[in-house]
Amino acid sequence: MTPFAALIDRLIYTRSRNRKLALIVDYLRHTPDPDRGWAIAALTESLDFPAVKAGMVRALLATRVDEELFRLSRHFVGDTAETAALLWPGARVAPSGLTVAATVDALAAATRATAPEILASLLDRLDADGRYALLKLALGGMRVGVSARLAKQAFAQAFDVPIEDVEELWHAIPPPYAPLFAWGEGRAARPDLADVAFFRPFMLAHPLDDATVDLADYAAEWKWDGIRVQIVRGGGATRIYSRGGEEISGAFPELVAAFDQEAVIDGELLVRGEVQGGDAASFNALQQRLGRKTVSKKMLADYPAFVRVYDLLALDGSDLRPLPWTERRRQLEGFVPRLAASHFDLSQIIEARDFDDLAERRAGARDAAIEGVMLKRRDAPYVAGRRAGLWYKWKRDPLTADCVMMYAQRGNGRRASFYSDYTFGCWSEEGELLPVGKAYSGFTDEELKWLDKFVRDNTLNRFGPVREVEKSLVLEVAFDSIHSSKRHKSGLAMRFPRISRIRRDKPAEEADRIATLRAMVT
Amino acid sequence: MRGATTWIEPHPGGIYVRPADLWIDPSHPAGCAAVTHGHADHARSGHDTVFATPETLAIMALRYGVDAKARQKQAVRYGDGFERGGVRFSFHPAGHVLGSAQILMEYAGERIVVTGDYKRRPDPTCAAFEVVPCDILITEATFGLPVFRHPPTGEEIAKLIGAVRAEPDRCVLVGAYALGKAQRVIAELRAAGWDAPIFIHGALEKMCALYTAHGLDLGDLRLVGESDKAAMAGQIVIAPPSALNDRWSRRLPDPVTAMASGWMRVRQRARQRMVELPLVISDHADWDELTATIAEVNPRETWITHGSEDGLLRWCELTQRKARALHLVGRDLEEEA
Repeated sequence: MTPFAALIDRLIYTRSRNRKLALIVDYLRHTPDPDRGWAIAALTESLDFPAVKAGMVRALLATRVDEELFRLSRHFVGDTAETAALLWPGARVAPSGLTVAATVDALAAATRATAPEILASLLDRLDADGRYALLKLALGGMRVGVSARLAKQAFAQAFDVPIEDVEELWHAIPPPYAPLFAWGEGRAARPDLADVAFFRPFMLAHPLDDATVDLADYAAEWKWDGIRVQIVRGGGATRIYSRGGEEISGAFPELVAAFDQEAVIDGELLVRGEVQGGDAASFNALQQRLGRKTVSKKMLADYPAFVRVYDLLALDGSDLRPLPWTERRRQLEGFVPRLAASHFDLSQIIEARDFDDLAERRAGARDAAIEGVMLKRRDAPYVAGRRAGLWYKWKRDPLTADCVMMYAQRGNGRRASFYSDYTFGCWSEEGELLPVGKAYSGFTDEELKWLDKFVRDNTLNRFGPVREVEKSLVLEVAFDSIHSSKRHKSGLAMRFPRISRIRRDKPAEEADRIATLRAMVT
Repeated sequence: MRGATTWIEPHPGGIYVRPADLWIDPSHPAGCAAVTHGHADHARSGHDTVFATPETLAIMALRYGVDAKARQKQAVRYGDGFERGGVRFSFHPAGHVLGSAQILMEYAGERIVVTGDYKRRPDPTCAAFEVVPCDILITEATFGLPVFRHPPTGEEIAKLIGAVRAEPDRCVLVGAYALGKAQRVIAELRAAGWDAPIFIHGALEKMCALYTAHGLDLGDLRLVGESDKAAMAGQIVIAPPSALNDRWSRRLPDPVTAMASGWMRVRQRARQRMVELPLVISDHADWDELTATIAEVNPRETWITHGSEDGLLRWCELTQRKARALHLVGRDLEEEA
């Protein structure tokens, strides 16, 4: 457990993604099986030990430490696992070479009756950092900023294998991923995935920017403002994967139940909005359904999900990815009617005469769920990642508003000494400035230096890390869309706000009014 | 809970010794003050008469300049004392920082010790804590919770040196309180064999010079402001905690942010301060030192001042010791612990 505990400790204090990656790469290269596999599963929250609960840990501590001292300490530390790790009367230096694998085995064998005794004997064999790692492993909630995506990248980098292969294999092989490591180290062939509902890495698009394309070579579709999903049915199981290859089946049980064909589809997950007369609602509505492990009946009824399908990657056991888009599209059109119409529909092709016609339709699109246009090369196979010239995304022009800077906060990492996060507002009818959003990107390094100096020279008040500034600087803010929100006093929330220009020329009184922004709400 | 002792009075602004008309570490200007050590939350300016160790008086003169010079200063060496209003006062090493003292008071057959801030583990920059038998022990409680157990200082110093060597293109920037902690970290590094130049923030210069003048060899110290960025790669830089994430740090080569403090034991505390390398090095007694000291002195009563009074109070209750919490104001626990 010592190397694993040290890794967790380093990850907690490391903010840079690249440095986190380097730490995991190093760990994967230098730790034997099966410890490294269990460790990576623990970091990505892929393990669950139902017999161990926080309440049980507190009760166990009460047998060794005065309850009042535990309560006072817990109050100060703010985390049960860390408090328990520090308070457990054990060795200062780890007395034995307990492995991650032995720990996982012991925890997995625990029942509610035996868990306290098992946990106590493990705690006795570890030092404070080891006890922290153990309790986080057992209780979950590691929170070290390691996503499945980062773990897969680390694996690819550690063993110099293509990330696309790792993404495909990862979810098909359960922890501790021994066949994966054997393949990575060149000791075994690539694992065979027949009869497994595995994830296929997504094909991604480049921004079109100022280029134009010939519609004879490219098909156009709407770009929907939902979340990209892949639904896979194989080996009797149905799984839904998100963009990063994370499994999100638990949040959308109705889609899992409705998808009854032996196939793999690529599409956009949306929710139906009443306001839009049963059509796709804005991203705002979809957010209600994201990030949930289980879903209530009310959520299912209020925010019904469906998938707008745009590609077919496998059907009845054959891989369609090598086929050109035209052929996949033909098969897709034949396939979608086999699915329940209540939960699946076909993403329509935009029948534009030429590129100019398409540009006009894009400019005229006002549907809340439309984010822009997708252009897909008709003769291209489905390939993982972002390949030049195959798929383009052509987003709708962002909306902009002139806002006034109100507060600024320091950033993280490289930006720790800069005031780089800005809260800005617009004018109410009463002439009061109300916050409408917060942005921390869109500016150059030079502009950041200037903004930082502005904040320091114009500070009115300090609230911990936050400074209130003189309400004199106008920022042109770009955003993808704006929605009603009860969370903010202004009643508005922006999607993807970023600073597009610093308007030193414009007086604060001439910044936009709340009413102007409200008219842009979708 | 209050015992029969009435000649000494705890007030929010300090401890008042009535027969002597003297305040200990008052947070307000007083006619007569006895000061345990030079940290700003114990040694305020503006008293008419100040009793303190020669080292503490030197630190106060450095910090308050002319103001301190205008007052009457009474130097009391360790082991020495004075009498005032029938109370016999004497000063004894507390092991906290240079010049830090416990104050023993004897009156009407009763002995009371005010520890001020203290620690028990070895510190090359100051005299070691002495156990002073007494009837009432007035103890600090900064780390009065059992989660606080400081590791051996040598381990933390080894961690610091390991971090510098691991990334020779970067420097390690250590946040350390300007009085005491900074000099101790430097002295511990020297003792561990680190003889490269150590780069310091301008705010530390005078205090380091004061320590050197008191006979402590801190080795080759250089000011960051007078050094090349490139020269600081692979080196150790020491600055007050407030400078860690300030504009000042932009002149350093991609610093790894470290902080030397007892609070670093708690991960969330370290993360809040954006610390990448927490070093659990403290000038205050940890839980084991606090409880061991009370047990060793074994007073009739223990009075607990600033910090986690509740935790230590609970321990006294569990070990059947008479104790009470004093609630003093104005103690700045965050920065210098």
